[in-house]
Amino acid sequence: MSQGFDFSIAIGGAAGQGIATPGNILARMFVRRGLHLNAYNAYQSIIRGGHILLTMRVREQEALSHGDHIHLLLCLNQDTMTRHLRHLGPGAYAVYNADNITPGEHRDGVHLCGMPVTELTGDAKNKLAQNTAALGVIAHVLGLDFEVLESALTLQFQRKGEAVVSSNVAVARAGYEYSSANFTPLANPLPENPDPLAVWTGNDALAMGGAAAGVKFYCAYPMSPSTGVLHWMAKNARELGIMVRQVEDEIGVANMAVGAAHTGARTMCATSGGGFALMTEAIGSAAMMEIPVVFINVMRAGPSTGVPTKTEQGDLWQALGASQGDFERIVVAPQDAHDAFGTIAEVFNLVDRYQCPAIVLSDLLISEGTFSVPPDDIDMSPVIERGKLIRESNGDAGPYNRYVDTADGVSPRAVPGVPGHVHVVATDEHDEEGILISDEFTNPIKRRQMVEKRARKLDDYLTRVAAPKVEGDEDPEVTLVGWGSTAGVIAEAMEQLRADGVKVNRLAVKWILPFHAEAVTEALSGARKTLIIENNHSGQFHRYLRSETGITADGHIRKYDGEPFMPHHIADGVRAHLAGNVADGVFVPDQEILV
Amino acid sequence: MTIELREKPLTAKDFKGKVDPDWCPGCGDFALLRATQMSVAELGLSPHEIVCVSGIGCSSNFPGYFNSYGMHTLHGRALAVATGVKMANQTLTVLVTGGDGDGYGIGGNHFTHTARRNVDLTYLVMNNQIYGLTTGQVSPSSSVGMKTKSTPFGNIERPVNPITSAIMNGATYVGRGFSGNIKQLVRLIKGAIEHPGFAVIDVFSPCVTFNRDNTYDFFRQRIVPLEDEGHDPSDWRSACERAMEWDDRIYTGLFYQDQAVQSLHALEPILDGGAPPVSHVPEAITQEQRDRIVRRMM
Repeated sequence: MSQGFDFSIAIGGAAGQGIATPGNILARMFVRRGLHLNAYNAYQSIIRGGHILLTMRVREQEALSHGDHIHLLLCLNQDTMTRHLRHLGPGAYAVYNADNITPGEHRDGVHLCGMPVTELTGDAKNKLAQNTAALGVIAHVLGLDFEVLESALTLQFQRKGEAVVSSNVAVARAGYEYSSANFTPLANPLPENPDPLAVWTGNDALAMGGAAAGVKFYCAYPMSPSTGVLHWMAKNARELGIMVRQVEDEIGVANMAVGAAHTGARTMCATSGGGFALMTEAIGSAAMMEIPVVFINVMRAGPSTGVPTKTEQGDLWQALGASQGDFERIVVAPQDAHDAFGTIAEVFNLVDRYQCPAIVLSDLLISEGTFSVPPDDIDMSPVIERGKLIRESNGDAGPYNRYVDTADGVSPRAVPGVPGHVHVVATDEHDEEGILISDEFTNPIKRRQMVEKRARKLDDYLTRVAAPKVEGDEDPEVTLVGWGSTAGVIAEAMEQLRADGVKVNRLAVKWILPFHAEAVTEALSGARKTLIIENNHSGQFHRYLRSETGITADGHIRKYDGEPFMPHHIADGVRAHLAGNVADGVFVPDQEILV
Repeated sequence: MTIELREKPLTAKDFKGKVDPDWCPGCGDFALLRATQMSVAELGLSPHEIVCVSGIGCSSNFPGYFNSYGMHTLHGRALAVATGVKMANQTLTVLVTGGDGDGYGIGGNHFTHTARRNVDLTYLVMNNQIYGLTTGQVSPSSSVGMKTKSTPFGNIERPVNPITSAIMNGATYVGRGFSGNIKQLVRLIKGAIEHPGFAVIDVFSPCVTFNRDNTYDFFRQRIVPLEDEGHDPSDWRSACERAMEWDDRIYTGLFYQDQAVQSLHALEPILDGGAPPVSHVPEAITQEQRDRIVRRMM
């Protein structure tokens, strides 16, 4: 196969029907075979009911998005069948419990794989039996030996005891055998690569990036879609010596983080936009007191409570403008889970160097997606540079001025407890000694000096973070610009466009603030047609790009329905732009799969 | 300053900050500052061992006037910041200073939860029952009927009771002091610092500029030290009953103490067995730890 194996399984049902378990079993089976995985779970903010669709794309090559198609749909309820059967193309499979689910209209060539679940399991009461039987059918359709599934089931259920394992294996075997007798397996079975992969979510990756970077204090208030970071930290805290605190609100989170960071502990916290709004005053305080803290905002669809379980790139300007006043901060938007992992370690070195806050903009797509990762790529020993940090007595008995005005603007930072370095840090403006110049004697000369000192710290920042580069065809007709999590799906859209003979390249921006304005201007200077792709309505990145470079794009592809871009959404938008079929300059793709 | 190299014991003077207070002459806060300086000197603490965390308000300028590590943080957020400091480095003595608006108003949520967690902090609230720095508006501890710029016809809201609130929320050392009685303040503060848990001292600290109701005289006419009453601080019911009295008799002293409840850092598993503070442990994780994590992902 020239394209290689590329297959998407979608599992649909209501919350509470047990979608996660077969999802996990399949994910583990795939990555153990060395296949790449990109899974997106479209879910609702409900514990029981609603509609969930977990799309798992398994691919021989790296899977940069959850793809365009569903090749196998497992329907755990009638609603799933009703919603999605019509999306299946020729050769696709619909697997369902024929006892209570009826297929409707469908295209020719769709394999309808109804399972007589009660007959197969002899148990009409066990509502989870259909899930396990379906795994048997899926294993058969994918051309797997039953033993592969058996060992995956054993691993999944062994903690629950031998009885649970054997009953699940029996039900799965019944499904497998029924499928062997009744359904046609794939012509090209699931391949196997020699090296097994690992699996993680973006939130796992963010947390692990923190652990690798030496985070020793993590605090948070639960908020979707950032809560996975808290869960990973809480689960691994004791083993890694990380203190994890759940706090009463995000105001408390951010301020507690500032306090912990001031003592010298590397400190991180994660939230989503609403919680980030509560954190913002403390972010300014970290800038004013010059305390390094990493704040993660996992963006979800807003404003306000918005759509808690849906994705959006809507908080860019919130991050750019977080907190009152005019101050230096770092804003970075990682491009995928693996990038998020590495970015955290990089950002910690930057905030320690510059003694300032950083904001990491993830989003639901990255954070709650499940992805394969080559285990050897998980390097948890990054270089750790703490900058001008004084944590131990150095025999220096002073005088010590916390905010001494140095050439690079960065002042040696002593933490509480060190003899000879006693000082006060303040959110009020202060002089080099830390003495307030805010109340009794305001001082315009010192105020200017301190503003300039803090600003100067980031003068060499752009030399330390990679400038974005255009990637793709020479002499392209169209240049696609994206930021953060759209990098992968844009790359896959480019593959589709190339197949049509369109010459295209891409500029994926990650380091947002300070901005690589010169490099970006240079990169886009020769572009014949620049299109900006973003997951929001108003074109937040476009406005930012224009403010930093003066560049105005030729057109836009925007999606703001809560669901992430699929590659064809972008490819369709580019084709429409190239054909001159986009009336007001903004192409908004239709979301076909309604979840 | 090189004071920690001195051999002779430190005195209150050694805890004088770099600048003089900008409080109004006669402000009650002077007495608490003095009492705190005396307390830490008598306990034999050195400035570098202490972190004094405050929020915003007249009284929150305290860390600038006190020679120790200090953090002058955001309005209402001192307890949250201080919790981060104490948990990340449990070897530090952490004082939190501020006013009634800072602690019981804008910071009220943190007050509840810091008490519940029994974080080992000494929280000194300079309670003047008024917003002073904003030139005289009603505070969460202002009395009913009090006329201020924001309540020109009299306050219709009932005040918070800091003592019963602290006890009910789980604080394990709860006292009340008065700027007119430095000796008692020193006793209370020393006890609070030595107490291994969340210690709250609500201090009547009259605002001589904006509060004409709760003056030194007002308190002098009503105050009864609990020490003279044979009060048992382990009896929370009696503590709450006495804390509810206001009109004729206002008690000061140690209302409540419970030494049986462990503080948050004492309960924190990763600090078990005298582990070093997380602020000072090596950042890097080991290859074995990494391998265990990755194995669970396979």
